Amino acid sequence: MDGNMTAKVITVASGKGGVGKTTAVANIAMALATRDQRVICVDGDIGLRNLDVVLGLENRIVYDLVDVVEGRCRLRQAMIRDKRMPELYLIPAAQTRDKTAVSPSDMVRLCDELRPETDWILIDSPAGIERGFKNAVAPADRVIVMTNPDISAVRDADRVIGLLEAEGKGPAALVINRLNQAMVRRGEMLSVEDVVDLLAIELIGIVPEDENVIVSTNKGQPLALDGKSKAGQAFQNIARRLLGEKVPFLDFNIPNIFQRLLGRM
Amino acid sequence: MGETPPLIQIKGIRDGLLITLTGASWPELVTAFIDNIENRSTFFQGARVALDVGPVELRVAELSSLRDRLSERGVFLWAILSESPLTENTAQNLGLATRISKPRLVEIPNVAVEPPEDATKWVKGPLRSGGRVTFNGNVVVMGDVNSGAEIIAGGSIIIWGRLRGLVHAGAGGDEKAVVCALELAPTQLRIAGEIAVSPKKQGKSQPEVAHLQDGHLTAEPWNVLNGR
Repeated sequence: MDGNMTAKVITVASGKGGVGKTTAVANIAMALATRDQRVICVDGDIGLRNLDVVLGLENRIVYDLVDVVEGRCRLRQAMIRDKRMPELYLIPAAQTRDKTAVSPSDMVRLCDELRPETDWILIDSPAGIERGFKNAVAPADRVIVMTNPDISAVRDADRVIGLLEAEGKGPAALVINRLNQAMVRRGEMLSVEDVVDLLAIELIGIVPEDENVIVSTNKGQPLALDGKSKAGQAFQNIARRLLGEKVPFLDFNIPNIFQRLLGRM
Repeated sequence: MGETPPLIQIKGIRDGLLITLTGASWPELVTAFIDNIENRSTFFQGARVALDVGPVELRVAELSSLRDRLSERGVFLWAILSESPLTENTAQNLGLATRISKPRLVEIPNVAVEPPEDATKWVKGPLRSGGRVTFNGNVVVMGDVNSGAEIIAGGSIIIWGRLRGLVHAGAGGDEKAVVCALELAPTQLRIAGEIAVSPKKQGKSQPEVAHLQDGHLTAEPWNVLNGR
């Protein structure tokens, strides 16, 4: 990647909490880094930070986002280098403050300062549609709206998409997380088609439900580094799509041998 | 031809100051307005301001930045009056009022307050969760009305798309108002004083019309009404 290009700022938002924003930011960042991209992650969830844990960097924090904004340290000092990827950095959120410690224009200024240093800036938005969300979205060139295939998560995603459109931030890109194909087949979960049909924005990722996500979160070892994991693969594919590659969606619906035989006839 | 300077009209009203901005682009108006405040800071100090922006379309970023710049100068912005639905919507999203208690017809005598009976508001869809349309007339939506969205109309509501949100037709008591949609699956449907929730439906959906029949809300396939 040539160094004179200015970075792209991507914010991951959802409205509803717990749909997997932080996991997605960590994994997409890791996946981009494995593709020789320079990435800086910014945790926008001031007061409830988590991205440091998911990336396994919690014990290295000295300065944070609020320290930068309030001028207690230089930007470089708050950038924590990843243990595995030399071109992946984290700017952690402050844990002892709240969302009002930072304003949308602070975030725009911060990202403008980071842009020449990197290829990607990934911002992890907090849940909700208030100040923290507004901070996270203000500097974004593109917003990824994350949802789960359930009605309440989809409705919140719909609200967020509406707010982004009102702010002139659209069109957002959609990632559906925690898809359980067996439940969809039994008619117990919204299908990808149902969700895309309702939200009517471009789909850039489908991540299957995967128990390993919890294990990897606790270990601070993002799944995208694990070639065998389906969820990890799905995050790698999102990174490739962000880089402009055309990648087909993973087929989680592997037909059994009987169906395959039938298909051949 | 000399340039017309941006026009700032200031009026005292019961709720503070009503300021009308016209005659220039938005950035010019804002600059002129802020200059005006700085030149007369004692006059503006602690003022409650309602702003009439006319037809200008404003998004959240523009409006919130103005509000912040005003509050830095001790001016409290509490209402935005606008002819643009986008601007009104933006103001509502920011928690600003979009009406002041007195009717605003001093400067624009040609705008009738009550639209005529057959007036129709055209809404480009989809209307997403949190979106709200209120209109004293008919409402037509091109696109889906999602769960969590609301339409309140004095007249009928026509949705060229799927209806999953809440709609109230004939909100002023008009019992002849109807609601039609390509797929009728509202969270709640009201016509005049009647309220109904849509039954769980199976199978293929079809365009339907909901109306009041002998005081009861009924939904029928579109083709049944065709012959009437």
